[in-house]
Amino acid sequence: MARRTPLYELHRQAGARFTEFSGWEMPVQYTGIIAEHQQVRSSAGLFDVSHMGELEVRGAGALALCQRVATNDASRLAVGQAQYTVWCTDDGGTIDDTILYRLGDQRYMFCVNAGNAETCRDWIREQQKHVPGADVVDRCDELGLIALQGPRAADVARRAHGAALPDLARFGCAETTVAGIPVIAARTGYTGEDGFELFVAAGQAASLWQALSEVASEDLTVASIGLGARDTLRLEAALPLYGHELSREVSPLEAGLGWAVKLEKGEFVGSRALAAQKQRGPARRLVGLELKQAGIARADYPVKSGDRTVGVVTSGTKSPTLGTAIALALLASESVDAPLSVEVRGRAIEAERVRTPFYRREGSR
Amino acid sequence: MELPEDLKYTREHEWVAIDGSVATIGITDHAQEQLGDVVFVELPSVGDRVEKADAFGVVESTKAVSDVYAPLSGEVAEVNDDLPDNPELINEDPYGDGWMVKITLGDNAGLDDLMTADEYRKFIEESATE
Repeated sequence: MARRTPLYELHRQAGARFTEFSGWEMPVQYTGIIAEHQQVRSSAGLFDVSHMGELEVRGAGALALCQRVATNDASRLAVGQAQYTVWCTDDGGTIDDTILYRLGDQRYMFCVNAGNAETCRDWIREQQKHVPGADVVDRCDELGLIALQGPRAADVARRAHGAALPDLARFGCAETTVAGIPVIAARTGYTGEDGFELFVAAGQAASLWQALSEVASEDLTVASIGLGARDTLRLEAALPLYGHELSREVSPLEAGLGWAVKLEKGEFVGSRALAAQKQRGPARRLVGLELKQAGIARADYPVKSGDRTVGVVTSGTKSPTLGTAIALALLASESVDAPLSVEVRGRAIEAERVRTPFYRREGSR
Repeated sequence: MELPEDLKYTREHEWVAIDGSVATIGITDHAQEQLGDVVFVELPSVGDRVEKADAFGVVESTKAVSDVYAPLSGEVAEVNDDLPDNPELINEDPYGDGWMVKITLGDNAGLDDLMTADEYRKFIEESATE
């Protein structure tokens, strides 16, 4: 049976429709995916992402263990900073994509995907054997996670007595309180908007959710947002979703995440394979596509150049913000500049390669 | 959930309005609600032959792709040209402006096993408790 987050009962009372995702019974929508999507782009939305996992790394060897398992350079993190980082296998395939928070001098925390939480926990405990002085604490059950996202997220935080939140820099993190409830707050998200992610004790997650919901007023709307809109929001922002853009068969270099792979930091799991891949150039590349004819590209649809299959769509939808059919696709590197089409139910629909992200919020670069 | 009494229904959640030899077809209120926001509709062409139980069109929501099955056999007489540009009509008015196609019924069109509103309501309730 699917697991439920500490907020399940609140979602049910709010009339959410549920879906199973990575073994969890999660709200997929409340009012409708497009309305929820627009709510986040225009004001603020609350997401229950308590299914995500948290693995804390502590001790004198904490930094060394983080450096060993993940591709980004954790030594660049000051206390109160976070970074996007990827875990790879020895052959450079992706185990998971994560955010790493530096909470203290010798205290780091990885936020991992729900579907990979157990794998990551087992993996890092195995890697721990090679690094003296590092402890791994599984905090997956102990912590809930609420994302507050949207251009008005900082206003919502202020009204909910989370005065420290708007002071956080992008990718900053701090142990603070919101509505008097202790949280680990970070200025991170998965929507392409400004916003925060709040780790909270599972037992207090419902109180925090209610406190954030209750500050809503006519001039500052806040709504609950399901996984359906979370997916369309992240896709417009061209943020990868594990199992679609990333997998054991796809390296972070192929997925366009080379900026989070710091080969110069020294050896780490997968570094040799990734260095070799970088030198010869990745065989595939993740690109953004926009369909030029009627139709919607969906995950697993073939991408063609003429009659030749040159890749596959990893995610696709009709963009609620742009009104066009957008997709991310993994293509053979030599074909990324060729004329492309997506095969939609046996028909070739002309596709144009476009820059990502598909959507960029005002004021962001 | 709205279920007009004067329509017939199918297990694939289409509705049928029969007027002489012409049947108007769309998807039910229940179906549009389950799908969520409809963002794309693919319809057959006028003159196409459709066979009962074969897919004749596609309705896509933000998340999913669903085939629409012909509830009857016949020839496409008219399609709703407003739908490609306004697929949300299916959500807003599934039994009215959201109609999909009109079919001229052939012999053995397959009218017998269509459900009444009451039968369809029971069918949905039974499906929900499975």
